[in-house]
Formats: sequence, C-alpha cells, structure tokens
Amino acid sequence: MDTTSLPDELVTYTLIVNGTTHTVDAGWQGESLLYVLRERLGQPAAKNACEQGECGSCSVLLDERLVCACLVMAASAEGQRVTTVEGLAPTDSGLSDVQAAFVQAGAVQCGFCTPGLVMAVHDLLDHTPSPTDLEMREAISGNLCRCTGYGRIFEAIKNAAAARMNG
Amino acid sequence: MSASTTSAAVHGRVGASAARPDGVAKVTGSFEFSSDLHAESMLWAHVLRSPHASARIVSIDFSPAWKIAGVQSIVTQDDVPGAKVYGLEHPDQPVFAHDVVRFYGEPIAAIAADHPETARRAAAAIIVNYDVLEPLIDAEQAITAAPIHPDGNIFRHLVIRHGDQSVTGEVVVEGNYEVGMQDQAFLGPESGLAIPEDGGGGVDLHVSTQWLHSDLWQLAPCLGLPEDKVRVHLAGVGGAFGAREDVSMHVHLCLLALKTGRPVKIVYSRLESFLGHVHRHPARMWYRHHATRDGILQRVECRLVFDGGAYMSSSRAVIANAACFATGPYRVPSATVDGWAVRTNNPTCGAMRGFGAVQTCYAHESQMDRLADACGLDAVEIRRRNLIRTGDTCITGQILDGTAPTDQLLAWLDAYPMPADTRGTDEMMARPGGAGRTADAHHVKRGVGVAIGWKNIAFSEGFDDFSTASCTIGGGRVSIKSACAEVGQGFVTIALQIARTVLGVDDIVLEPADTFIGSAGSTSASRQTWMSGGAVMTACEAVRAQIIALASERWTVAQAAIELRDGRVSTLNGDHDEPVITFVGNDVVHQVVEYRHRPTCALDENGQGDAHVSWAFAAHRAVVDVDCDLGLVRVVEMATTQDTGTILNPQHVIGQIEGGTAQGVGLAVMEEIVLDHGRVRNPSFTDYLIPTALDMPHVRIAGLYDQPEAGAPFGAKGVGEPPTISSTPAVAAAIRAATGLALPRVPVRPQDIALP
Amino acid sequence: MPIATPHSLDDALRALQADPESQFLAGGTDFMVEVNAGHRRPGSVIALSRIPELKTIDLTDTTLRIGAGVTYSQFQQPPISSTHPALAAAARTVGSPQIRNAGTIGGNVGTASPAGDTLPVLAALDAHIELTSVHRLTRLVGWRDFFVGVKRTSLRPDELITAITLPVLDSRQDYLKVGTRNAMVISVAGLALVVDLGGRNVRVALGSVGPVPLRAPEAETWVAEQIDWESPRVVDPRTYETFGMMVAHAATPITDHRSTADYRRHAIGVMAQRALMRLL
Repeated sequence: MDTTSLPDELVTYTLIVNGTTHTVDAGWQGESLLYVLRERLGQPAAKNACEQGECGSCSVLLDERLVCACLVMAASAEGQRVTTVEGLAPTDSGLSDVQAAFVQAGAVQCGFCTPGLVMAVHDLLDHTPSPTDLEMREAISGNLCRCTGYGRIFEAIKNAAAARMNG
Repeated sequence: MSASTTSAAVHGRVGASAARPDGVAKVTGSFEFSSDLHAESMLWAHVLRSPHASARIVSIDFSPAWKIAGVQSIVTQDDVPGAKVYGLEHPDQPVFAHDVVRFYGEPIAAIAADHPETARRAAAAIIVNYDVLEPLIDAEQAITAAPIHPDGNIFRHLVIRHGDQSVTGEVVVEGNYEVGMQDQAFLGPESGLAIPEDGGGGVDLHVSTQWLHSDLWQLAPCLGLPEDKVRVHLAGVGGAFGAREDVSMHVHLCLLALKTGRPVKIVYSRLESFLGHVHRHPARMWYRHHATRDGILQRVECRLVFDGGAYMSSSRAVIANAACFATGPYRVPSATVDGWAVRTNNPTCGAMRGFGAVQTCYAHESQMDRLADACGLDAVEIRRRNLIRTGDTCITGQILDGTAPTDQLLAWLDAYPMPADTRGTDEMMARPGGAGRTADAHHVKRGVGVAIGWKNIAFSEGFDDFSTASCTIGGGRVSIKSACAEVGQGFVTIALQIARTVLGVDDIVLEPADTFIGSAGSTSASRQTWMSGGAVMTACEAVRAQIIALASERWTVAQAAIELRDGRVSTLNGDHDEPVITFVGNDVVHQVVEYRHRPTCALDENGQGDAHVSWAFAAHRAVVDVDCDLGLVRVVEMATTQDTGTILNPQHVIGQIEGGTAQGVGLAVMEEIVLDHGRVRNPSFTDYLIPTALDMPHVRIAGLYDQPEAGAPFGAKGVGEPPTISSTPAVAAAIRAATGLALPRVPVRPQDIALP
Repeated sequence: MPIATPHSLDDALRALQADPESQFLAGGTDFMVEVNAGHRRPGSVIALSRIPELKTIDLTDTTLRIGAGVTYSQFQQPPISSTHPALAAAARTVGSPQIRNAGTIGGNVGTASPAGDTLPVLAALDAHIELTSVHRLTRLVGWRDFFVGVKRTSLRPDELITAITLPVLDSRQDYLKVGTRNAMVISVAGLALVVDLGGRNVRVALGSVGPVPLRAPEAETWVAEQIDWESPRVVDPRTYETFGMMVAHAATPITDHRSTADYRRHAIGVMAQRALMRLL
C-alpha cells in the first residue's frame, strides 16, 4: 500500500502571468496551470468545467498560443508567458472590445464558459479580423456553452469584428 | 406581436433589453462561482463512490486512507448525526450508502484532506468489499420485480381517464417511442464551501443550487441542527437546467466542516458531476391515436414508462407532467394515459428543463406525423385541425383559461421563409460530418420537420407554491432581496427591471440570495419570472404604497396627488419634491411579502382536476441535411415561435429560446448517457457530446406572441422550458423527412439512419 | 528533480539517462488528462516543449521529416498542408483549436490510441518513426513495427520519439473521419486514402477499427489493377463499391459506448468508396 503522500512530488518554480512573475512554492507537481492560477495565484477567471480539454472554459494564451490551461502542467510552463482574461488590455470602459461586445449582445448567461470564450474570440480576431461564419464557428468549436445555443455569442463576435474594422 | 414592439421601453425598466448586472463581472472573470471560493486554512473534500450499480457492502477498511499524510477526516453514514435519508420530495436516499448500494457512483464516504490530490488518493486507498448483485436495470420489469428499496419500486402510477373510453377512430395509428437519458451538462461542476461557525455549532454552506431552502430543509435534519444553525448561501451558479434541484454534496461537505472545525471545499470533476446529479428520465412510450378520416382526433391512448433510477428525486412530478401533457396541445375528447415512474438501479433521474413534457412531446408529435401520413395531410394541417385553444378542455378536465395562441404560432412558422439550399456550394466543413470531410454534395439530403409543444408554468397539483421577497429603502439605498437562485437565466436582471419600474427608482441593489429570507421556491418549472418576479413586484408595491402614505401624512396632501418617479417622491403640483432616499432619511421602509399564484388542485383517481396554473406553448421548424449512408446529420436551421406573455427583457427571452433550442437539438442527434448494467459508460465531455458552435445552427425567431397572461405579474409567462420541448421532435421529423425512416428513438444515432 | 525542462535534445536524453523512470511530457493533451483524473502520477517528468530540434520540419525532394514536437496546428500550414494534405485534414479533426495548438505528432504516435487521428495517414504513407536513445543511437522504425497494440508501442524505455519521416509522393490523398459531432469528437472510424500516381499503387489505412492502424492490402492490390494509370481514372464505375466492400472487410471493429462494430465496418466501406471517388 502506497502511503507516500505529496511531499516527494513538490516543486518550486516561477510563472509569468499577465506580465507579473509569481513564485509557486512547493506545489504538487501534477497541478495543472489551471489549478495553480485558480488555487495558488488567486486568479480564478479560467474555469474548471471538464479538466480534459473538451470544453475550452480554461482557455488561456501560453506564449501567444490559445491552449487549455487544464492540460498544461504548471511546472512545465516556467518562463512562458501566460495571459488570462484578467490580463486583457482594457479600453476606457474597463473592458476589452470583445468583453464589451459580450455584455452588450447578451452573450453571457451563467457565464462559466465566458472567460474561455473571450480568450478564444480575441485569438480569432487577432489573427482573422473579418472571419466568415464558418471560421467563427470553427474558432470557438472548442468552447462549449450550454446556456446560449451560441446565438448571442455569434452576435457579439460579429459586432466586435465590425467595430474593429470600422475603428 | 413580436419582440420588437417592446423595444421602446425605458432602459433598465420592464420591456427593455437591460444588460445583466453581473455581465461585467462575468466577462472579466471576477464573478465568483462556487468553484472559485476560497477560505483560509480550508481543506479539500473528495467522495468515494460505488463502482457497482447494485451490491451489498460487506466490509470497508479505511486504514490505508488514514496512513496517507494530510488526511484530516473521513465520514460515512455512521457519522450522520440526524436523519439518515433525504430527498427532494420524499426522503428515500441515504446520505451515504451503508449496507447496500443502489446505483453506480453512489457515495460511500467523504474524505477531507489538505490537498485535493491527497483526498483523491485517500478515497482510492479505501478498500471496500462488495457482494455484487444483479442490478435491476429495466424499467418495465421494475414494475413487477422484487423491491430494491424498502419503499418499493413504484414512485408513481398515474392514470388519466378522460371522456368516453369506448371511442374508436376511423383512422388508427400506433407506435412505440423511446427517449434516451439526457444530461443537463451544465458547465460549472458541483462545488461548494462549508464553513463551521466559530464555537456556535452551526455551519454556513456556500453552494451552487436551484433552491436554497429545499437544500436547507433537507440538510438541517441530516446534520441534526435547527434550521437557524444552517445557513445556505448562493454561490455563483454555472448553469443548472434541473440538475441542481437535488442535494448532492451538501451534507457531506457540512459534516466534514463540522467534524474538522475547518472550512472544507469540494469541486466535482466532470466524471463526478455526471455521477453526482440526476438526469432526464429515459422513457419508453406506447401510443395509439384515433382520428376521423379527415384527421380530427377522437381518442388518444398511451402508456408511459419512465425510469426514475435509484431514488425518487422529483419522479412523481415528472411523470405527472408527462401524463398531463401526453397528448400534446390538441383537443382530445377521449384519453387514457397510464404513467409509470419506477425505481431501478440506474442513475437517479429527476428534473431537467422541460420536465416530463420533453419525452411525451417527442412521442405525440411523432404520432401526429404518422396520423398526417395516414390521413394524407401535411404536418401543419393535421396539427391545425386539432390545436387546443383558450376555453378548450384539457385531458385533465381543466379548462385552459390562459392564452393559447397555438394557431398563430403554427401560422408564423408556416409563413417563415425557408433557408437557402446551399448543399451544392457549402464548404465541406458545413456539411453533415463537419470537420470529418465525409460528405460530398450529392450525398446530402434535406428534410424539414415541424413540431409544437406545451407545458405548465410553476408548480401544479395543489403544491403550496410561493416566493418571498423584500424591498427596503433606508440607509441611503434602495434594495431588494430574494432567495431566488440565479443560475444564468437572468432573474437578477428581471428583478431589478421590475423593482425599477414599480418604484420609479433606477439605482437599486439586489442583495445576495441566502436563507436569511424566506423561500423563493425553485429556479425550475419556468416559474421564477412569475413567482419571484411577482414577489419582488408585490414587495416594491408595498414599499411604494408606504412611501406614498408617509408623504401624504407628512405633506398633508392626498395620496392620489403623490408620485414616485425618477428616484424622487413628489406631489403632482410640484410643491413637494425630493429624492426618495432623502425623504426616507434615517428611517427604514421595509416590506417582506410572500407571493402565491392562484391555487391548484390535486388530480383525482382519474387524473382529473384543475392542477395547473398556466400553460406555455412553443413550436419549431427544423431543416436538416442528412448524409443517409453514414447517418450523419447537420441541423441547418431552427425556426421557432413561442407564447411568451409580456416580454420583460427581449434579449433575455431570445437567449432562453436559443439556449433551450440547443438542448433540444442535442437530445435529437447526440446527447445520451450510455449505460451498461447500470454503469455509466460515458461520464465525460469526451463521450457525452453536447452541440458545439459547428453543430448548432442559427435559431430564427419567426414570431413571439407577447400578449399578457391574465394573473401573471406584468402578464409575463416563463420562457425557459418551451424551447427545449418542441425542438427535439422537429429535428426528428426533419430527419425522417430526409431519410424516410421511422426513427422511433432519440437521440437518433448514426447507426439508426445508416443501418436501420 | 521531479521536472526537467531541457532546452536541447542532448539535455533531454541526459535527463532520461539520469532518471530512467522519467516520463516525457509533450503537448500534455493526453498526459494531463490522465493526471487530472488521478489515473497517472507524474513522477519524474521531462517536458519537451522547449527543444528546438523537435520542432523542425525538413522537406527534401523525397522525404518529409516532421519533428516530434510539431503541433497539429502547424500541419494545416505549408509545407505539410501542401505535400501531405491528408495529414493536414486529419490534424484539423483533432480535438479543438486549443488542443491542436498544444498536441504534437510525437505525442499522438507515442500515445498510440486506436482513435489517434494522424495514425491512419501515417500508416497509409508508410511512415517511419525516428527514435533516439540515451546513447544517441537513432533508429527508424516502420509504423507496423512501432504500433504493437492498444496504446502500446515498441518504444524502448531509453528512447525518445524524435521525428516522423514520410515519403514525398506524387499522389492524391485524403483523410475522412466519422464522429457523432461536427467538431471536437473522437473518431468512431477514420480512413486515409493515398493514390500514389508515381508508384501506381493505392494505399488505404483505417483508424478506430482495430487495436492499431490497419491497412487493407487485398483491396489495395485489387484496386490498383482497376485503375487506368495514364488518365488516371477508374475504368469500371462498379470498382468504387467493390473497393468499399473489400476495405470494410479488412476492418476488425468492436462495439463500445461510442458506436457499434457493424456501424464502424459500414462507415469504413462508405468512406473508402467515397474517398476513392473523390480522388479518382
């Protein structure tokens, strides 16, 4: 019977989250970036809906790539740049254009999928400023939403894209 | 007649598309969901669950778990100080399985440790010896099988006999239908934080739920504590859809907190979430419809067998709804309905959006299409000839006295333009099979299907259905409070809109929901806009009346000459005018009200009685593209119409319709909990599939019937459930139209089409 | 040291030599699912994400060498998408955009799931897996010898998957996959078809219908004889259906919670027929 607990598997490392360097002191090595953000660094915006990469609720940027934070071993991300919803550059309103579009269009209901979707939509519009309907759908096909049926989310994406094109 | 007619409403008041008060917090990630909670020195809990659907527990050895450093507490049924069982409608579920386990995943023990991984390892280290039994997994057999619980196997057998039972029709169509077990699949898994009271013996539970007081009423007896020692607070809810109406980890968490004297947090994994909450009842349904040659319904017979799983939950109410609405929104002069809800060793089933009406709508709408074929009529015409209308009698003998714009809903749908046929030019990704690139243009067939459904609003059958709310002006602020659980549906928006409208004040605070105020009832049955909306309205009206009375006294002017507007109380002639906050000054104006809808009655032995408060209707037209050889479906468009009553917030209503439709589409083509001898085979988002953005088509609102419902606050009906009811049969009908297959079961799986 | 984050292949191999029990962590899309579910303990981990040698894509006239750390997202861009479109198509069906940004070809091959989406393409193209040992010995193992069972490979404990090599062919190719959702879905059945115009042969490989990727040699040989390679086209239109039946015959599917054996076999037949029709 295994009676070893976690002490043998503790690691200390640093993470750069939204431009700030944090030291994780004696964290369990198996902790995902999602867990560490939420439970150790007090940044719970990335959400824990499936913890197997099948819902997108924990989407963050890791060195500018959109990934599921639940599938990143936190200790392996040392030195990489992590960007979460908390680190999005706000406009005067205190919200990014995508965030504002989500609120405006009614794209938020329970809101659990929202931070992940906001990250995915930023990633989409940063690379594809004027997405087609299909491009938009494929870009957020990894972000499950159970409340909205995606209708108001599409609306928010279209509005944000249009505002960027006109802005 | 559509949502646009109300767009002129004042921003923030009833009728406007006011933005959610929690919207900014949710997009910035600062909104605190139950899984985001944190307390100093908190422990983490994990639940040990049964790997068998039916077994006797022979022995349990906890010693290996205790050897793991960091384990603080382990609790079992022996540690439950009060009532050993709980239940939403009837206490029949043990807090922990003790001598026997009755479903796969039933809790056996709960562990608190200093790290979630430690708690999980401790649970895995516990050695349980089971005497594995053959599970009872067939609902039909459960009716006569040996009881698997002291309360027996039959939750309810509800019979409806209406009209002349000897009638037969010139045209008779018969069919057997089946609905698989759907999961609510909300995104935010069950989670909570229990904090023991410092020295007081009580506990505060912060939890995501649909009904704080129902949790309290079940929790306090199990803990052996008076209700005032158990305080339940609503933590941010990541969707619910029925799955949070029952108690899940509540007792476990509080026991651990009370035992350790430390805050204890739990967050279910997705697997535990699938095992830890109730599901939509799988159903087997036999129907026989009798009609005249020109399609006029004469009689409907049906037998409904709903699998309630191991414990009762809300099975009794679910089968009542299934039975009461079994024949659809049609005039049916003669009906015989036999509704069974039974106990098996399958996962427990209870509430899910649509609540019984979903299953029977799929069956009655499938039957109506068969009848249309038999009579040589089209899908819209057969329905038009039979639609129920205001003043008609339901099969429960109750006169339908609310709005019932069934003709209008179908007419709008019928007139709505068809989507363009782009099969030849679609990108491969947009065809059935999507990213899998399986279909070329010539493999794709298009089909169209129509369905209409109905359901009751609020609780039925004589239940004392009420909601409590308070309104307070004092201390320089205006506030309202309700224990209504905001689960994403938008009550927080609607409540403020109602309060602003009644009080004429824009700046209003909605206090947190908890058990410091009376019950608001459940966020279910499409009832909160009506019930808690009604309570807020009434509380605000009472405060408004008190202010006017005070002003009348203070200013010695007639009450009729005083108004509340724009945050001010003033006389019509302008002699007196001051902000209402200033007017109240250091006093407090406070009103608490309980709001009730009109009373309802129980159903008698023939299933007759005025059991329902109000009815709501929705219809869908589905357009699908089907790859018949591979059995893959792409839903191209869902058009819909709905009877909403007055629309309090157009954007919220559209959000409910789109979201509800998506859950119906999911049930039609992909969503099912797969069981093998009671074991859940797909408890993950890898294998329990819900629609992605590439699966869910645009939802086109073809018309909203927004005439006020008499007796409803502001005339608003609930809007959450109807879209989930008619969407599934519409999609099934569309697939039938494309394939020519009978498709007597949802979800329609690829093999059901490709290898019928 | 429970976790090593080497910046070179050399350092990674040294770390493995120092702690032979170490586990490699590539994109994490399989590894962390197991850790999160409590099915795997990380133990000593060597994270591969910072090793430049594993991220290279080398194209010659005859061979494409894809570093084991190349992600699925990169498959959808040149040069891979132009030389090996079936690989790009397969990669696009893997999980979600987030998964494709993290998951690697080395990880897909190393996990060796029967449902691995790139595996049928690798099998159809007769790929080799490049393995490098702690002794800096490199061997190329053909896919048949590499995939030995459900999630089992012939990788030795002292080796690391360093690359996949594929022939560059004058070919037409496609990958088709059936799942019960239009995106983000595990393969119920997958099929890669390569019509090698230069070599005048046809290769077809199947996924999710056996413990390892399967080829259909009888169907391949037969159909090559039915093709007028000059045009190139299929002479007799009945060829498609027969080919589909023969390929379906090569499948050895099981029934599980995702589908039935009968459906899987049927789907393989339909996909084989359609893929051939699409390419010829």
